[in-house]
Amino acid sequence: MNISVREWFKSGSPWVWMNAGAVAICMIMVIGLLGLIAIRGLSHFWPADIIQGQYTQDGETVLVGEIVETNEVLTKQLIEAGIKIPTTDEFSTRYLIKIGNRDVNGSDFTWALEHYLSDRQTPEMLFNAERREWGNLYGYLRSVKQSGEEVGRYDGYDKSAEYLALWDDLELRIERALDIREDILEIEKHEIGEINHELERLRLKERSLQLKDLTDPALYETINQRRKELDTAYQGLQQRLLDLYAEINRDSITAEVATGQQVEIQISKIVRAFRPNDMGILQKTGHYFAKLWEFVSEDPREANTEGGIFPAIFGTVMMVILMSILVTPFGVVAAVYLREYAKQGFITRVIRIAVNNLAGVPSIVYGVFGLGFFVYFLGGNIDDLFFPEAKPAPTFGTPGLMWASLTLALLTVPVVIVATEEGLSRIPRSVREGSLALGATKFETLMKVVLPMASPAMMTGVILAIARAAGEVAPLMLVGVVKLAPSLPLDGNYPFIHLDQKFMHLGFHIYDVGFQSPNVEAARPLVYATAMLLVIVIALLNLSAIAIRNHLREKYKALEM
Amino acid sequence: MNIENSSAIPELDFDTAAARRSRKFRAMRDKIATVGIGLGGVSVIIAILLIFFYLLYEVLPMFRSADVSAWQHNEKVVEPYAVPGSGKTLYLAMEEQAEIGLRVTDLGELVFFSTLTGQPLQSTQIPLPADTTISSFALASENSRMFALGLSNGQALVFKHDYKSTYPEGKRVILPAISYPLGEEPMDVASVALDQLTFAGSEGSFALIGGNQSTMQATFISQNENLFTGETEQELSSTSLPDLGLDIQKMLLMPDQSWLLVAGENGKMAVVNLQNQNHPVITQVLDASSTPITTFDLLLGGNALLIGNEAGQVAQWFLVRNEKLEWTMTKIREFETGQAAITDLAIEHRRKGFATIDKAGELRIYNTTANANVLAERVAQANASMIALAPRANAILIEEAGMLTLLHIDNEHPEVSWSALWGEVWYEGHEQPKYIWQSSAANNDFEPKYSLMPLAFGTLKAAFYAMLLATPLAICGAIYTAYFMVPALRRKVKPVIELMEALPTVILGFLAGLWLAPFMEENLPGIFVTLLLLPLSVLGFAFVWAQMPKQIRWLIPDGWDSILLIPVIILATWFSIFISPAIELVLFDGNMRSWLTNDLGIAYDQRNALVIGIAMGFAVIPTIFSITEDAIFAVPKHLSFGSLALGATPWQTLTRVVLPTASPGIFSAVMIGMGRAVGETMIVLMATGNTPIMDINIFEGMRTLAANIAVEMPESEVGSTHYRILFLAAFVLFMFTFVVNTLAEVIRQRLRKKYGSL
Repeated sequence: MNISVREWFKSGSPWVWMNAGAVAICMIMVIGLLGLIAIRGLSHFWPADIIQGQYTQDGETVLVGEIVETNEVLTKQLIEAGIKIPTTDEFSTRYLIKIGNRDVNGSDFTWALEHYLSDRQTPEMLFNAERREWGNLYGYLRSVKQSGEEVGRYDGYDKSAEYLALWDDLELRIERALDIREDILEIEKHEIGEINHELERLRLKERSLQLKDLTDPALYETINQRRKELDTAYQGLQQRLLDLYAEINRDSITAEVATGQQVEIQISKIVRAFRPNDMGILQKTGHYFAKLWEFVSEDPREANTEGGIFPAIFGTVMMVILMSILVTPFGVVAAVYLREYAKQGFITRVIRIAVNNLAGVPSIVYGVFGLGFFVYFLGGNIDDLFFPEAKPAPTFGTPGLMWASLTLALLTVPVVIVATEEGLSRIPRSVREGSLALGATKFETLMKVVLPMASPAMMTGVILAIARAAGEVAPLMLVGVVKLAPSLPLDGNYPFIHLDQKFMHLGFHIYDVGFQSPNVEAARPLVYATAMLLVIVIALLNLSAIAIRNHLREKYKALEM
Repeated sequence: MNIENSSAIPELDFDTAAARRSRKFRAMRDKIATVGIGLGGVSVIIAILLIFFYLLYEVLPMFRSADVSAWQHNEKVVEPYAVPGSGKTLYLAMEEQAEIGLRVTDLGELVFFSTLTGQPLQSTQIPLPADTTISSFALASENSRMFALGLSNGQALVFKHDYKSTYPEGKRVILPAISYPLGEEPMDVASVALDQLTFAGSEGSFALIGGNQSTMQATFISQNENLFTGETEQELSSTSLPDLGLDIQKMLLMPDQSWLLVAGENGKMAVVNLQNQNHPVITQVLDASSTPITTFDLLLGGNALLIGNEAGQVAQWFLVRNEKLEWTMTKIREFETGQAAITDLAIEHRRKGFATIDKAGELRIYNTTANANVLAERVAQANASMIALAPRANAILIEEAGMLTLLHIDNEHPEVSWSALWGEVWYEGHEQPKYIWQSSAANNDFEPKYSLMPLAFGTLKAAFYAMLLATPLAICGAIYTAYFMVPALRRKVKPVIELMEALPTVILGFLAGLWLAPFMEENLPGIFVTLLLLPLSVLGFAFVWAQMPKQIRWLIPDGWDSILLIPVIILATWFSIFISPAIELVLFDGNMRSWLTNDLGIAYDQRNALVIGIAMGFAVIPTIFSITEDAIFAVPKHLSFGSLALGATPWQTLTRVVLPTASPGIFSAVMIGMGRAVGETMIVLMATGNTPIMDINIFEGMRTLAANIAVEMPESEVGSTHYRILFLAAFVLFMFTFVVNTLAEVIRQRLRKKYGSL
């Protein structure tokens, strides 16, 4: 059946198609974005091959590293940029190579043109050492030293039993250093941390005694007694730490890097060493999951550009839990009032407008309000009343976990109200009337009949609120997040939950590492991985909220019949 | 079975004491709950009001005018006292805390005195050479605390007043001292008596210019510390100034020592260029004032001149570069004043502000940037001769007929006025009035530029480009989803769009800044081709599809069209990006960016409004989409069925029946989307350069109100003007979204009522 263009346009169907196209574009945008994040985020942990080749631009050099990015550029643009390239092709291939060895090369990355790259190979003996500072090291293992004495050496480039023995020795020594490091961290973070915490509390106690003008020497004596005990304990720990540091710094290795230089590094500085070119698919998978686990369970290294994001996950979770404790009663009560108690009229209309406005006010305005009202006004007054001994250092008069949770609770309250209200509106009238007819008061009906039935709807609201709060960054920048928190807001020191502490947050971590980091290029994969984690968490929360909501609708559909 | 009769049912007494108590308790609980829940409901209104009033509470102090009152010490008013020391006052000053004052007299006495009682604390008599008198006084600047006294033998002496705070036994004691930065020996400036003198300089480089009507000489002094001996060596050079042809009243040397300003008789002024120290050039002689000049002073920073005259007018002048790139002294603004002649003018030490007192005894305080007169109050009888401001501008000393009065000034935020926030302001060093936001700089005498215009402009620009992309996509998408799409697919599409709404904006911003912006820069032609090709390819495919035989078309029922289009759109996009380099090579000589910049003169930033449009559009689409979709879906089905039954095509039904009915809902959707775009922070923060420029160019960035708050709030000092202006920005955002959201909600409520009856 043929149709003329004229008729076709007259039928209006092209416009319908255009509308269909708009939906399709939206869908592609969402799915494409999620795919982009997933691919970039997940591929980071896969151990890439290390290539080695001769590079002949500006003299002959050896290039060793991982290919991070490949792109096609117009040759003309390169020539305009002042790069000599003797080729007639219109396009040239260019690689971004992670050459590591920042201590030797000055930067982690370099651009290389395929035209100049020859003799590309992936030697099995090349190894990649992730270090605590200066980024990755790529090179050949040359020797292992113990207390400055060489205990093993190999000078070749081929895979041989001798090299492998040396390598195994290295791996054992790395294992040993990691064990000692754990002990050191245990002492530094927990034991010394506890002592410091108690010392600080003693200081505050003493100060508050002074503020109260108490001069009874016995009171001060007990404080000083305890302080002495702590000092002794501290000296003991300090000595143990010194011993452990001597132990951990015993071993070192030398490695030959791309420039031919031999560099020496201490084994205590190595997080892990592996030879990706010599790994099978199984080994690589194992490595992949080990890296993934490190990512979610470890502390960040190197100004957040390496290592894990555990403190950020922890901070986000803490903040979100506190926020839901605050937001749930507030939101539910407001919704119950709107639906069950208030007479539908002017007041409810005004409340609904207020709810909509709360939902529509830009999040940064909440941040400003939180900073001014909660932090400086409320926090400042709390400090004056309850923590005069800590002054002039602020306790609650500075951005922190509690104020962040409170600000976000205010920000997400409309979400809970709207969801709970919807749930309440689906409960049939007959159920309430039945309860009232049996003699229950309105409040009893509410508590024993209506709210239990509406609880999935409340859940939906809280889940949506959590999803919103987990992704919100702008207000948090003003009321409590930091790029690197020295300790978690929950630990073994009294009062266990430190509501006044600053914390790390996944969303802010993305902003900070992606935009404020000194080494953006190196940090980028980590940002994608963090973003992916955040998206997964939020998508799961949202999908579960949607699932609960749909389930609820089905359930009450039957009741309404 | 034996059925018990009713008498066997235990007698239930509902009126026992316990039951009564229980009922009472339950009723009370019910009542408490009612009140509690009522409060909980109203608390939402309280929350929104709290935000509103708190923001207002932080903003309002900025718009309070200044206040002057008697200085109180230990709850006692400080009474006027006789001037300490002898002779006529040449100069009055106070230290940081306004506790100690300094008076310099024409008899060579430097008296430090308590500002509360007038009690002299320390007095220094300058050892004048025999037969000489003090003939002139020159101040370097208020905050350098350096001044010079010219002598009748052609010599001059330079002083500095310093204060040291000590805390013996926990009480603050301030010790004043006089030092001699250029040595205690008078130095030669001119061969004649120094009837006029001016002095400028800092950190080892000083200049003194002085002389009488006929002979005027300049001495430039540079100090170097000898590295070996540690002694300071002075190098002097001097030069003679050309005849100015003026009856010199007062001279001022700018701190950079390259411009000399001379006030003459009858309001005349001369400008001398000293950039070449050996060849001073008179660049301008002009009538600066219609009546004789009475005060002639440099503003903080020394770049702007304030001229007060006998008619009581005060005007600000500074050097402006004209079209010929010559620096010319230009009158910038006149201030609102009284009628009486200005008798003295005092400069604020830390802000671009000053105070004047006139013959009628009226004290006025001004800020130059804001062109604001924040105070006008009569504080003296007719003959007040001199005023001095404390460094913190919280106190003023007024000399009147041999008596000194200390007054307290409350003037926290003089920099803010309607014109400073929203109007074009002619800032120091600029060629013309401009809108500029620049809240801080490295130096202390910097003029803060608090124009909210560039930020408001940036906000609207970002919102505009975002809406440009989002509105058509979201509304068209919603129309299709609500009206044409099969329910099975609709149930899948809606959650995906809701998921899109839940995506944290920090992720969108990060992708926009780190992935989209470089990608777009590389494939710029491809992006534009995509915009062009996408609708064409959809139409083309639709037309081809319409030509297909029925057997094929019927394979896909109506309402699944958008699934068919997905591969088409992906292919079209991929193709556009694929041919992008080729287009760039053919049309733009291999580099579209440089073509834009060089051939069209359009600046290109990597993080620009186009990136923002796409990224923020992405954030706004779901908001508009879901509300529009609800509005269209809520249109009663019998309306469209009726239209279809009368023979209208589905498209006609949509445009003539459904859309008009749903249009208020769509309008409110667009409003709410707009509100979201205006307040969005993270995307703009991450995907623009955050430069506060006013340019509609799609290839340049912007700074929005929200991003500005996020950037500057953590660094601003609590309670400062900057802090309060950021609160004002938040308040503006709040009010904007408040109006938009309330409007949208009211429309929606009305709509609901209307359809309730249909």
